[in-house]
Amino acid sequence: MTSSATRPQGVRARAAIAAKTLRTDRWWFAPLITVIGLSAWVAYATVRVFMHKWYWVEEFSYLTPFYSPCVTDRCIPEASHFGQYLPGWWIIPDAAFTLPFLLLFRLTCYYYRKAYYRSFWLSPPACAVPDGHASYSGETRFPLIVQNSHRYFFYFAVIISLINSWDAILAFNTPQGFGIGLGNLILLGNVIMLWAYTISCHSCRHIIGGRLKHFSKHPVRYRAWGYISWLNVRHMQLAWITLGTLALTDFYVMSVAAGWISDLRFIN
Amino acid sequence: MGTETSGAPGKPAAKRQFRIWRGDAEGGDLQDYMVEVNEGEVVLDVIHRLQATDAPDLACRWNCKAGKCGSCSMEINGMPKLGCMTRMSTFEENETITVTPLRTFPVIRDLVTDVSFNYEKARETPAFAPPTDLAPGDYRMQQVDVERSQEFRKCIECFLCQTVCHVIRDHDENKQAFSGPRYFIRAAELDMHPLDARTDRKDYAQTEQGLGFCNITKCCTEVCPEHIKITDNGIIPMKERVVDRRYDPLVWLGSKIFRRGQVPQTSVTSEHSPGAVRSSAAGGGVHSHAGGSHDAQAEVQAQQGVNWHREVPHPTAPAVDASGKLPLTELTFDRAAAPSPFGDDVTFPLPPEHLNFAHPTQDERNH
Repeated sequence: MTSSATRPQGVRARAAIAAKTLRTDRWWFAPLITVIGLSAWVAYATVRVFMHKWYWVEEFSYLTPFYSPCVTDRCIPEASHFGQYLPGWWIIPDAAFTLPFLLLFRLTCYYYRKAYYRSFWLSPPACAVPDGHASYSGETRFPLIVQNSHRYFFYFAVIISLINSWDAILAFNTPQGFGIGLGNLILLGNVIMLWAYTISCHSCRHIIGGRLKHFSKHPVRYRAWGYISWLNVRHMQLAWITLGTLALTDFYVMSVAAGWISDLRFIN
Repeated sequence: MGTETSGAPGKPAAKRQFRIWRGDAEGGDLQDYMVEVNEGEVVLDVIHRLQATDAPDLACRWNCKAGKCGSCSMEINGMPKLGCMTRMSTFEENETITVTPLRTFPVIRDLVTDVSFNYEKARETPAFAPPTDLAPGDYRMQQVDVERSQEFRKCIECFLCQTVCHVIRDHDENKQAFSGPRYFIRAAELDMHPLDARTDRKDYAQTEQGLGFCNITKCCTEVCPEHIKITDNGIIPMKERVVDRRYDPLVWLGSKIFRRGQVPQTSVTSEHSPGAVRSSAAGGGVHSHAGGSHDAQAEVQAQQGVNWHREVPHPTAPAVDASGKLPLTELTFDRAAAPSPFGDDVTFPLPPEHLNFAHPTQDERNH
């Protein structure tokens, strides 16, 4: 037998390979832990948001981020740093002004999109593993075209990070005066990680410098873009770390507020 | 690891189990082979040994064996990889290694696929367009400005990102509307280039290349042998640039109120690039590198004696194939030698009587 050049002609078929995927590694592992991790977090957050209690520690001024800012008339007055505007109907979360935007910020985040398109929507579950759907139009039409609004939720997320920072600062001011406890460090750590996640956002990277054509004409923005690019590489890790710190912070505040544990105080 | 000794010449080494897809467009299947593997070898070495021993007619594309030509793209244990960059030491000793052709493209034979899809998409992408008043040789740019574009120039066009992308891998019907990650980074490369004057590359990426189909699941980045950050540095910045122009209500409102940035939103594939190479005379300028006249006034004077509207016979149209385009290669066309885009009856340099203008001394027509 000899090999000869084959002249391409007309519409041709793909190689007839029966197996849907020939991958032999554990490609299903990453989507699986993503499903478990995200589902567990969403379940915890949902329960906590509609619990409507144990969100405020009076004696140390700790407010959980899940109730910040507390804007319904059901809120403990001291916990409402920005006023009360909504009726205390049980279906309305006490942080109704911020939670929807935080949810949308994370839902349209370029990392989370990858995570849930792969793990929940199976489109595709892993590289070179077939899509679980017969047809595909991506983010070209409604509703997924709305993913393009990520930038606006980023702006909201910046405002919300400011509010969370304010809460963390206010927590140093207890009814007995200035004080520091383990809860303060947890609140502070959470806020720092939230800022890191928010700033490392791809939209932020674009707004700060990515949209420029000539970096040389904007040295300050170029430098800022460099820092954000460094953080941006870690956007996935920060996305998971902040889920962890949010849940941990909330759980700590809930435990102290419910009296299950007492706060470890360093000063006052 | 895994072999008895080093690959000393003539010394028998461990045999490994291979399953290789054999066949063509009519059909085919996975066939088993036991092949000798020596220490330090890559999958492509084993394919070559198979060609030398059990399967002399096994078809496989390859070239440099150094991960720089992008020819030996294949799917190894289901993952798109370069055969020359996949070390045998990454597999278990008793592991069966399955090698198949790229799934997304039509197969020609065995491991060779027809990747014309990519060349068609490449041809549709508007070329680099420097500003009209800038002559070749006068390009000056700063390293920081061109750095982002340079990352994408590392692309070796192995098309692993194209074959792994589920938009066309699992949905062949999207091939018409979707250009694929390789051409998104081409668009990004040009849009970020400090000397590219086109302003419609974002619209082009969205409307013509199908950027919206991408759901950023990042498989292109995972398989890239050049480790180009295709998604983070190419596709997402392009998506953000599209948002700037199309989905930003503040920009939309601003453009309505101030009537700024009103660029006509037309299809860009059919038109010629506005910034494409033009003679320096078009800008009325005097140029040192383009080989033109140094004296603008003499030029203007000389032009007055020119007849710009000579009647000349029209050349025949270029020979195109059934799809109305020039063929990609000579092999895909119905005759030997590449056809001329100017029509086959036109030769260069044009004979003076075929110019559509007359030199002042020609035809004795001075005004």
